[in-house]
Amino acid sequence: MLCAHWSRLRRVSSRSCCATALRSTHSSTRLSSSPERIMKTFCSVWLLLSVVELSPAQEPPLPETAEDMASTGDLEPTHYPARRAAQVALHYLNTRHGSPFRVFGLQQVHKASAEDVEAGGRKYKLDFSVTDWASGSAGPALRCSADVLFPRTERHSAPDVKLRCEALQQINRTVQEEEAFYQKHIPPDSAVSARDIPDSYGNMSEEMQPFWRLARVAASFIMLRESSENTEFNMVQMASVTQQESSEEQLMLEFVVLLHDLPSQEIVQWKLLASWSPDRGVRVLQTEWQPRCPHATKPPN
Amino acid sequence: AILEKAEMVSNAKMERSTKSFNFAAYHDLETLYSFMDTLVASHPNLITKVHIGNSYENRPMYALKFSTGGVSRPAIWVDAGIHSREWVTQASAAWIANQIASNYGVDPSVTSLLGQMDIYLMIVTNPDGYVFTHTNNRMWRKTRSVNSGSSCRGVDPNRNWDAGFGGPGASKDPCSESYHGPYANSEVEVKNVVDLIMGHGNFKSFISIHSYSQLLMYPYGYTCTDIPDKSELHSVGTAAIKELTSLYNTIYQVGSICKIIYQASGGSIDWTYNIGIKYSFAFELRDTGYYGFLLPANQIIPTAEETWLGLKYIMEYVCNHPY
Repeated sequence: MLCAHWSRLRRVSSRSCCATALRSTHSSTRLSSSPERIMKTFCSVWLLLSVVELSPAQEPPLPETAEDMASTGDLEPTHYPARRAAQVALHYLNTRHGSPFRVFGLQQVHKASAEDVEAGGRKYKLDFSVTDWASGSAGPALRCSADVLFPRTERHSAPDVKLRCEALQQINRTVQEEEAFYQKHIPPDSAVSARDIPDSYGNMSEEMQPFWRLARVAASFIMLRESSENTEFNMVQMASVTQQESSEEQLMLEFVVLLHDLPSQEIVQWKLLASWSPDRGVRVLQTEWQPRCPHATKPPN
Repeated sequence: AILEKAEMVSNAKMERSTKSFNFAAYHDLETLYSFMDTLVASHPNLITKVHIGNSYENRPMYALKFSTGGVSRPAIWVDAGIHSREWVTQASAAWIANQIASNYGVDPSVTSLLGQMDIYLMIVTNPDGYVFTHTNNRMWRKTRSVNSGSSCRGVDPNRNWDAGFGGPGASKDPCSESYHGPYANSEVEVKNVVDLIMGHGNFKSFISIHSYSQLLMYPYGYTCTDIPDKSELHSVGTAAIKELTSLYNTIYQVGSICKIIYQASGGSIDWTYNIGIKYSFAFELRDTGYYGFLLPANQIIPTAEETWLGLKYIMEYVCNHPY
């Protein structure tokens, strides 16, 4: 609104314009109109304030050397310490309840707190909501609470998660889809193989979606294991999937996945072997970190 | 790969004019540059293409200047694609450029805004990186400069600004995705923007667009100390996000870079804030990690539409709060 009023004055800078406005209203012999009186008052106050304005703020602050953001006590739920811990709980949830037709995503952290525990670890208590990504991001939210313990050991060790989600048993089980998917790919002549899912443009065929979700669930085992307070992992691509022979009644799949860590912005590549069936869920049998060449083009096979 | 190339060829054929430019698709650099030319040609009294300098590999860097006249009017800067793999940002910026052009003379607030202020919009801020994401490595983030003494190329252009340069939250390893470079403004891509901002001298707002995470952030990244204007910027951000969310219910969080995402030194909006450009913000667009950088093309327009509402709010606020 103010912008429209200013437009009546031809100005280069606001302050010089303000002064012009004052001069013009003073020199006028007619009663100034109401908007002009308002502007005059505004300008006077503003000029006055700018005269008594404190000198510009002191030098910009120097960065601290060791930033300790992971404070003890109540945490701001939208800040990263709480979110990273919730992401760990989410990976845990997906390892337990993920499937070719179900992958959970973090919707929001409601409450969080952290405290140091004996043996030098830090425990986070979280209250958060997740949604089932497979049914679209607008799907119903599930409320969860979790304790996430990050051990503080010399060598990295996996965080420990205790998780409770309400109504987990009540969400629609995708039994029929899982059974159909299993039956389609369990025959011995099935040899699914694909690369770059999704592709550079975010395209993913219907047929590939369950494999992508399986990769995401299997990758959750790795992301959970590799997580610390200084990481925040997501899977950005299923670089490849190659179905393996299986004598047991499990789909056996070899995946290469690209993980993205938000704080470092690094892309990390892992090869893994996982099995799945509707009864036994996802099991990760082997994992192998893959070094990426500095001149990285396609992932090395 | 064959499918992608066919897709690109057919997109290029379709984009002879902005009316047929497919905003719901990802395009290569050449196509985006030719879109800019078409947009300028269809709005000659509003838009000019400013050649701000060249990239490391000598590609031209262009900003679109939206102006209805005046001399060095107070201006708003918006950049996208400084990190090349964040494809939804360049794609959204193209849509937004078109939106501003179409809205002028039609939408009262955009018209009024452009009556007082200029908008500079840089759709591809890292052209070398962008080309590399098409030809070699979709996940490339940095510039493509050669690092002496290393086989690893590239500097993180958002760790290369002169604000807490070299401090925590940037790497001194040239092979790292967040390598800060040998010194501040070592990257010509950054230097070109710095020179333009300094030479112009009248920018009132600087907004940098990234993906992903769905966040709207204000300074600082290099330290978690609050800026003096924290209260104001936080409430502007909160109101902007309310507008954004109103369209498709996409949830965003607001906060300082250091607190909400991570400590990061040498970032652009820290530098701009410290030289007095109060309304400095950074967006992280969709999504929150499901597709991440590989956001499906059918989400480009919804993302651009909601982002535009947030951006428009900030721009109107800047215009209504001269300083």
